[in-house]
Amino acid sequence: MAEDLLIATRKGLFALDSGNAGAAPRCLGFLGDPVSSVLYDPRDGTLYAALNLGHFGHKLHRSDDFGTSWQELAPPAFTAAGNGESGGDKAPSVNFVWTLVAGGSDQPGRLWAGTLPGALFRSDDRGESWHLIESLWNQPSRKDWFGGGYDDPGIHSIIVDPQDSRKLTVGISCGGVWLSEDGGESWQLGGKGLAADYMPPDRIDDPSIQDPHRLAVCAADPSRVWCQHHCGIFRSDDGGRSFVVIDKAAPSGFGFAVVVHPAEAETAWFVPAVKDECRVPVDGRFVVTRTRDGGASFEALSQGLPQGTAYDLVYRHALDVDGRGERLAMGSTTGALWLGQNGGETWSLLSAHFPPINQVAFRET
Amino acid sequence: MPRVTFTANLQRHLDCPSLDVEGGRVVEVLAAVFAQRPMLRSYIVDDQGRLRRHVNVFVNNVMISDRDGLGDPVGPEDEVFVFQALSGG
Repeated sequence: MAEDLLIATRKGLFALDSGNAGAAPRCLGFLGDPVSSVLYDPRDGTLYAALNLGHFGHKLHRSDDFGTSWQELAPPAFTAAGNGESGGDKAPSVNFVWTLVAGGSDQPGRLWAGTLPGALFRSDDRGESWHLIESLWNQPSRKDWFGGGYDDPGIHSIIVDPQDSRKLTVGISCGGVWLSEDGGESWQLGGKGLAADYMPPDRIDDPSIQDPHRLAVCAADPSRVWCQHHCGIFRSDDGGRSFVVIDKAAPSGFGFAVVVHPAEAETAWFVPAVKDECRVPVDGRFVVTRTRDGGASFEALSQGLPQGTAYDLVYRHALDVDGRGERLAMGSTTGALWLGQNGGETWSLLSAHFPPINQVAFRET
Repeated sequence: MPRVTFTANLQRHLDCPSLDVEGGRVVEVLAAVFAQRPMLRSYIVDDQGRLRRHVNVFVNNVMISDRDGLGDPVGPEDEVFVFQALSGG
């Protein structure tokens, strides 16, 4: 079986054949460097890696041969303010790319990038050039956005409707849920019903300052949107315009990641932690929670996961489900990588020795 | 003509030998460098041309003071050093 799992870590990009027990991960490049996002584009087989080098800024690389060779591309960037030689200390600069997403199957070469600060960029030429989506950047409510975990707000979720690639759903921490039906030309603020208990009472339900940690939709029914929010789990049945709170998840509704079954909109998975100010598994028991009835009930899936002595945290991009909804993969900030079978009913440890994991992604070919 | 020398840490990422370039201020010296090696630009300055927060530039033995405008003067015999700050883990 081919290497079907990509692992973007704080110290390199790796691939692994998850179907081959005992297979060693292979470094695809950038050993020692933080990989903030990886994208395997199933439309043309291209592999993209976004780096956050810290000292030397963020970078973008592309490979046409699955990591045998890489080409560095000019990364998404703001236009210089142009008042002579620099823009002073207020003009924006991209910190790093938080998520890279392929456009629709009818949009060859189109890519989307979400960055810190909270900007959306589009490429129509496989990452050769990037364009700021000014219609979102210039939203008046952007002045109210703020950072969640980072100093700046950031775009971490970009969902291209699999049935209509003009429809986009974007999640911003902390700037709410934004919807476009015309490929990013115009935007509507969704997220009615989300609740932020980190705000003064009169602004708890303000959609423009919500912290959706991660958004995910059902591929077969994109109107069904799941949200792992800073303050719990929410579900939308109208494409992200409005949400209802789901308060049945035990042991906790706090977490970062969510994935949805590609064919069953009622089925979603989460990886809980204690709470905002204590980001470790409840009682050291590492579990994945699953609902199969739209959030009316949850199971805590633990078979094969460490119970009682685990302090793993799974970031928002570090949980993935395959195209059939049967296998899951997740990686933790303490460098452990697990594979879940049968919808997560059993888990096996693939490696306990990765660097901190930013993202895992099945490579669907 | 000023000489510009780069930290060996940058060599990990891309080729950047020392270069002799024209310019009377740091901004002009670096612009001349970037004209020869465009990919180097984003490693040293941000989208707005400001020195990256964890990159330090010295003219001879003195760290530059104008990190946003890069207006520090450079003499024909001076050497400009591009270093990285000490941080990370």
